[in-house]
Amino acid sequence: MTRPVDSPIVVYGSRLLSPYIMLFGLYVIFHGHYSPGGGFQGGTLLAASLLLVRISSGSKIAQIQFSDMFTAPMAVVGVLIYFFTGLIAILAGGQYLNYELLPLGDMHGAELRYWGILFVEVGIGLTVMGILVSLYDNLVIGEDND
Amino acid sequence: MTDFLLGHYAYWFTILVLAVGLYGILVKRNLVKKTIGLSIFQAGIILFFVAISTKWNASVPIKVKGSHVSEAANFMNPLPQTLMLTAIVVGVATIGVALTLLIAIYKRYETLDEEELLEKFQ
Amino acid sequence: MNKVINLLLIIGFTGVLLYASMDLPYRGSPDNPMNQPESMTGTTVAGHYYVEKAYKDAHTPNMVTVVLGDYRSMDTLGEQTVIFAAGIIGFLILRRRKKNKEDS
Repeated sequence: MTRPVDSPIVVYGSRLLSPYIMLFGLYVIFHGHYSPGGGFQGGTLLAASLLLVRISSGSKIAQIQFSDMFTAPMAVVGVLIYFFTGLIAILAGGQYLNYELLPLGDMHGAELRYWGILFVEVGIGLTVMGILVSLYDNLVIGEDND
Repeated sequence: MTDFLLGHYAYWFTILVLAVGLYGILVKRNLVKKTIGLSIFQAGIILFFVAISTKWNASVPIKVKGSHVSEAANFMNPLPQTLMLTAIVVGVATIGVALTLLIAIYKRYETLDEEELLEKFQ
Repeated sequence: MNKVINLLLIIGFTGVLLYASMDLPYRGSPDNPMNQPESMTGTTVAGHYYVEKAYKDAHTPNMVTVVLGDYRSMDTLGEQTVIFAAGIIGFLILRRRKKNKEDS
């Protein structure tokens, strides 16, 4: 992204705001069981916190915060978390994505479903964050001249 | 009559948004504007689904202390909200793909105008 | 000429949708078929089932999360794959562009 203005207020303001948006995104993912939220919304918020710095101070400087090398692998990790949550349920002798058979300590029934949903949401959050940042990075390739 | 209006005005606003989106897709010649029209059309459909999940005298589908899930009339229908939740994020990703393709087209043909593109294809 | 056809199409589309919306049930009314415990064919309505059973099945108060992550988890896996595919498409098309630029 080419920068029309070089204002320190914008750069420092976004730098100050970004960690708090990220924290709120994590809250939305992990508190999604009790309040409106979940993987999709939290992942979008995490992506927003990274895109804020990328837009305000240029893609080059934003590499220090989060390198674009890690975005696509992060999405792969998210998909794999979801996929293997289902696969472990098969290996434990059940149907695909049947969380009641996850081998997690001495919990059973609804308790295990609670944790299975949490794993799945974390996977979704990672994928959404990685893909949204990666799409932005790829769209502005070659336009960052500073 | 008033009941009919109050029960249906949300659908009519949705149809208005859909018509605006269709106008963008059909009439505009620039491909970026067509993509914006597509996005507006999608917003109309999402609005429609969220609108029909309403239920009067009901709250959001979250169980809080003191509310009983056996009284289903106290909670809105969670299904349309879930579907639209995923549709919004998938929509953003597909709009990203559309913009990606537009950049590829612009790099190759140096234009995004529909008619000019058709001439250059020949 | 083309423009006139397009405008007529839009007007026709809007008219058909307006005509169809006249028969839709009143928005938010508890008597809607969607808000009944049983559908007209005698099966349980999905939304009603989710509201009643979600907390019991997963001990999670947010029913939207339960529907997203448990009842319709296969659907969500599909959506996630779509998002992932979209990102990979952007990656593949636009990374090549940068390489070509460096070559030329």
